[in-house]
Amino acid sequence: MAEEKKQPRIGVFVCHCGTNIAGTIDVEAVKEYAATLPNVIVADDYQYMCSTPGQAKIIDAIKDHDLTGIVVAACTPRLHEPTFRTATKEGGLNPFRFEMANIRDQNSWVHMHDPEGATAKAKDAIRIAAAKASLLEDLYPKSVPVEHAAMVVGAGVGGIQAALDLANAGIKTYLVEKNPTVGGRMSQLDKTFPTLDCSQCILTPKMVDVGRHPNIELHTYTEVEEVDGYIGNFDITLRKKARGVMSQDEAAAKGIVGGGCNGCGDCAAACPVIKPNPFEFGMAPRKAIYIYHPQVVPLVYTIDFDACVKCGLCVEACGEKKAIDLEMTDTFETVKVGTVILSTGYDMFEIEKKREWGYKQFDNVITSLEFERLICASGPTGGHLIRPSDGETPMKVAFVLCAGSRDNTGVGKPYCSRFCCMYSLKHAHQLMEKIPGCQPYIFYMDIRSFGKMYEEFYYRIQNEGAKFIRGRVANVLEDAETKNLHVYAEDTLLGRPVDLEVDMVVLAAAIQPTENIDPVRKMFGVSCSQDGWMLEAHPKLNPCGTTTAGVFLAGVCQGPKDIPDTVAQAEGAASAASIPIHTGKVELEPYFAQCLEEKCAGCGMCISQCPYSALSLVEKDGRQVMHVTEAKCKGCGTCGGFCPGGAIYMQHFTTPQIVAQIDAFLLGGEE
Amino acid sequence: MAEGEWQPKIIAIICNWCSYAGADLAGSARTQYPPDIRAIRVMCTGRVDPLFIMKAFADGADGVLVSGCHFGDCHYIAGNFKCAKRMFLLKSVLKDLGIDDKRLRMTFVSASEGAKWAMVMEDVVKTVKELGPSPINQLKQ
Repeated sequence: MAEEKKQPRIGVFVCHCGTNIAGTIDVEAVKEYAATLPNVIVADDYQYMCSTPGQAKIIDAIKDHDLTGIVVAACTPRLHEPTFRTATKEGGLNPFRFEMANIRDQNSWVHMHDPEGATAKAKDAIRIAAAKASLLEDLYPKSVPVEHAAMVVGAGVGGIQAALDLANAGIKTYLVEKNPTVGGRMSQLDKTFPTLDCSQCILTPKMVDVGRHPNIELHTYTEVEEVDGYIGNFDITLRKKARGVMSQDEAAAKGIVGGGCNGCGDCAAACPVIKPNPFEFGMAPRKAIYIYHPQVVPLVYTIDFDACVKCGLCVEACGEKKAIDLEMTDTFETVKVGTVILSTGYDMFEIEKKREWGYKQFDNVITSLEFERLICASGPTGGHLIRPSDGETPMKVAFVLCAGSRDNTGVGKPYCSRFCCMYSLKHAHQLMEKIPGCQPYIFYMDIRSFGKMYEEFYYRIQNEGAKFIRGRVANVLEDAETKNLHVYAEDTLLGRPVDLEVDMVVLAAAIQPTENIDPVRKMFGVSCSQDGWMLEAHPKLNPCGTTTAGVFLAGVCQGPKDIPDTVAQAEGAASAASIPIHTGKVELEPYFAQCLEEKCAGCGMCISQCPYSALSLVEKDGRQVMHVTEAKCKGCGTCGGFCPGGAIYMQHFTTPQIVAQIDAFLLGGEE
Repeated sequence: MAEGEWQPKIIAIICNWCSYAGADLAGSARTQYPPDIRAIRVMCTGRVDPLFIMKAFADGADGVLVSGCHFGDCHYIAGNFKCAKRMFLLKSVLKDLGIDDKRLRMTFVSASEGAKWAMVMEDVVKTVKELGPSPINQLKQ
């Protein structure tokens, strides 16, 4: 702060960005104008400032003109600030003596038809940036150590893959799952397209691996309660929900020799309470003490305390293992990790909101996930597809694609849910394979067979005899007597209306972000897109990262994806999350608050403003002054915006710097 | 712009994580809006000292926009909420000073709302143009 001030010497560099900028803005005029600004010693322009020769211009100019600050007028600091900071540093200046004027993303691109207005705006933007650059100071990033551990939230196939990759890279990994078992949506599927692998067969080995990997600490039936800290040093509090049943490890820790749940199931056999099993969408029963399916990891029963009547029969059945504790309560545990991967997956859109297709009104209208369970050998019917109304085998089945997807009516979802085309093709295949003579009809808008070997799979199903009808289904109505369904649509290829009577209708419902994901997302400071999917740092260049340093995304929580894409992104996220951990330290941008002690009255009002408890009052020379714990300060400046005495110095966003920008715009223009 | 037409001076102070990113998104999508607003980037709207806005009006700004994240989405937990409270209070002060409080606007535009950013730009420019030059500028003449 108190460094020796020399007269600022600023260099301004205007980028053409090909024609992105130069096609709208008069770069020559802007450059000439920049050269006339106060403190500006040199102004130059170049085709692509981010290129090697462009950066060389900055490096050379710093040396040739003894510059104290750099302004690059180009794209956005959110894209190229790091690039130009590096060039500034290579020129021998402190990298924080760089300021960017955004004349592309927020100027030439949005004022394409107003070159005069855009040029005037570019001149102002450079004037504003040069004013700030004149006041910039040397700053030094704070280097912090990174905890040699990571957390993965959500244990579907994406979370499982990410956790295994991290763990195999030698990193201690906490895998947190809100359900009693790992596996996620993939464990509800029967077969997977286009290879027709059995879903559980390829998933179960991975589920088992995470259950016994020495570097993975598995926390099922657990939710994230609180997040504190920053990259390298997240303190995450977990709520371990009361399961009512102890694992063998937990029992051993309590000194119950040979105790804990071994998955024998005697308790469930004794339990008198019967409830629908949500894993089977209510099509199969479960007891109040339950496991979802035989392959659960960990193999520990769970009590549904909302259903449990606490009769104690399970405790009796468990006997000497003493695994069951009906008085168990939620417990909390705080762990420290360096990086986090969110992999929270998806839910099905409530397709009953689309009244026209009759879901929950007519027995024989089901969703695709219900179809998966009905056709699955380990499902409620042992793999025999039946009509819910009468248990008969359906011989004509209609699949309704884009059920709630690509829907701009305001009721459904505007986006493509991406994997419904492919699983519906798979369903058609399964029908024809399992039920000889069964005829599938696929009502589609487009078939999007986007992946490797997917188009070939599409042709295969066509050749097998599935009938394709192009047109969105308008209405599904039931024949009250036979419970058959009439599907009304327009065949847009033949240009005529369709009234097709079928035994069963399967709705390929849209998908949406997992229920109640917002609190989790917000705890980690991750934004969402308008559709509620978590927002990546950059859609193309940083698809696994988020705007919170150290927090990464994997799988459908970022947007609809099939299994291969989910697994690929999980591997990417694991790689990204392991880099800071293996590097061992990260640099934090030095946007810390500082106290100007001579101005501080010690009122302490700033303390309540700080969201991170980074401020406190300390005694200095016999009076109270504010003190900043830099490791906690994240540089938002909320204290600085509030301090009534102007005693807070917000590095890189100081009051004089911001006021200089305001003045430069409003007082410094051409008159 | 038409010759001799009055051009308002409007300044926007916007947060790095939501509104600035939203404004960039409007750019990538080439969503067009009027070029009358100049932006200053801060990390969080919580940084916005009401005095910055008073200073802008004293300097002759015809309008000031402060734009941050939606409530609950702040990168710094609640900086936007604290800013909104300050702006609410500041509006009543402005009124007492004879500055129409419509000249100060706070909006919430997320990183995924490029189109909304363009709408905000249109609307702020329209509002300020309807109000005409700031009374402070009239005093100066």
